[in-house]
Amino acid sequence: MRSFWSITMATLTKDIRLEWRSKDALNAMLFFSLLVVVIFVFSFDPLAEESRHIVGGLIWVAFLFAAVVALNQTWARELRNQVLDAYRVSPAPANALFVAKVLGNFIFVSLLEALMAPLFVIFYNLRVLGPAWQLMPVALLGTWALVVNGTFFAAMSVRTRSRELMLPLLLFPVSIPAVISMVAATTSILTGEDSAHFYIVLLLTYDVVFTTACLGLFDTVLQAE
Amino acid sequence: MKKAFPILAALTALFLAYAFYEAMFVAPTDALQGDVYRIIYYHVPSAWTAFLLFFINFIASVQYLANAKPSTQRAAKWIVIAIGIAGAIAPFIPQVKQMLPPGMYPSSVATTALIIVGLYFLIGKFFPGQSLDVLAVTTAEVGVVFCTIVLVTGPIWARPVWGIWWAPGDIRLTSTLVLWLIYVSYLVLRRFSDSAQTQKLAAVLAVFGALDVPLVYFSIWFFRTQHPQPVIGGGGSMDPRMLNVLLISWMAFLCFAFLVCWARYRLEQLRREVEEAEALESLREPGAPSAQTSKAKVPLSRGPQ
Repeated sequence: MRSFWSITMATLTKDIRLEWRSKDALNAMLFFSLLVVVIFVFSFDPLAEESRHIVGGLIWVAFLFAAVVALNQTWARELRNQVLDAYRVSPAPANALFVAKVLGNFIFVSLLEALMAPLFVIFYNLRVLGPAWQLMPVALLGTWALVVNGTFFAAMSVRTRSRELMLPLLLFPVSIPAVISMVAATTSILTGEDSAHFYIVLLLTYDVVFTTACLGLFDTVLQAE
Repeated sequence: MKKAFPILAALTALFLAYAFYEAMFVAPTDALQGDVYRIIYYHVPSAWTAFLLFFINFIASVQYLANAKPSTQRAAKWIVIAIGIAGAIAPFIPQVKQMLPPGMYPSSVATTALIIVGLYFLIGKFFPGQSLDVLAVTTAEVGVVFCTIVLVTGPIWARPVWGIWWAPGDIRLTSTLVLWLIYVSYLVLRRFSDSAQTQKLAAVLAVFGALDVPLVYFSIWFFRTQHPQPVIGGGGSMDPRMLNVLLISWMAFLCFAFLVCWARYRLEQLRREVEEAEALESLREPGAPSAQTSKAKVPLSRGPQ
């Protein structure tokens, strides 16, 4: 168990250090989601009242698209110099690698959300009418839902031709229930009309189910030959 | 296959024609919807057939993944048996019985659980090794075709009856659409990955898709649903004559689906055999004289199996 965490932490620190030095994924994600926000502002020009109803959808669509940019980088980086093949033959548990990658992506995407959320508030003149603290669990659980499946499917799509294209094609259909829950929860908190409890519980269920499935099947995907 | 296939094809065509006759002329006209409702004899049987095919795909994929190691194979077997026993006994326990929706009998739930377990072992018995994966491709492709029919006939029917083409908040519409999307992405994955890894990756994706469907169902549960309640076991108020025609139509669709699946299954098997033969051929030394004789071994011209 100790070796599991030491491998996880070693991979995680390596990824964070690489990202800190190059800032490839983070810069691309930030600029990409900034573009999405600006395009949304030009496409929809709502009143403050209307914007509460649509921003939940816009914000999560922007994060979903931006997350794909980062997720695509996850494994592509390991293909250079056959790092992934070295992992495959090493006795290290596959899940340690997976958990490290998920945690890394979770940190990057959360950072992106923390930086981009104020922009949405500014552009759409948002004022939360419901219990605002509930946005925190929705953001954390929603990000985890995107990232855990995204990392898993990125490992799958890296094995295919045209791998950058494959990730959204695999990830989006399976993510639909998570996206519905995130958007519905955010909207009901922003408008203060409904309770978001049902959707938060559903997101939690989604996270538990798919984290278990990913941990159970990642070894198969890594070793698939 | 050579002999049986044309005979079965002719019988199926006759059966489909009979189902069409029953649907158009024999079944009574609906009191509220008029003749428009007759599309039900195509919409509902396609839906049931598609769901059945996707379910077979799921079972085949799970089994394909479980068969990778003897230990997981044994574990999967006992888990399935446990699910069967639990599913057969649980509906009769009073507390669980109360949770069943009205009109759904405990005995029918128990029978379904047993049928699922039976299906698991039948598929395992008749489709060993790689043919599980061939079965998975076949059912996914044919299932997508039937699911497309459902998604096309649904709006055609909804427009005159509900006044709208599509009800975005409806449970069954959205879950069917998501199911369709998942299986299209499954086929795209198979198309885009290299042959050595495709099978396992596709099986993993099928399992993810199956886990997704109940979550889709619950995520839309909150909205009021516009779709009519299930016809069978849902306490439906359908005329028995209509139900009769519906079941005939479903049987005809099942025969048709079976026929298409069979043809696709053979095609995929032959394609793989040709691929293997070609791979063997390319391994042969260039000077070896057997190039012509081994061509004849390529199993395209094989007799009935």
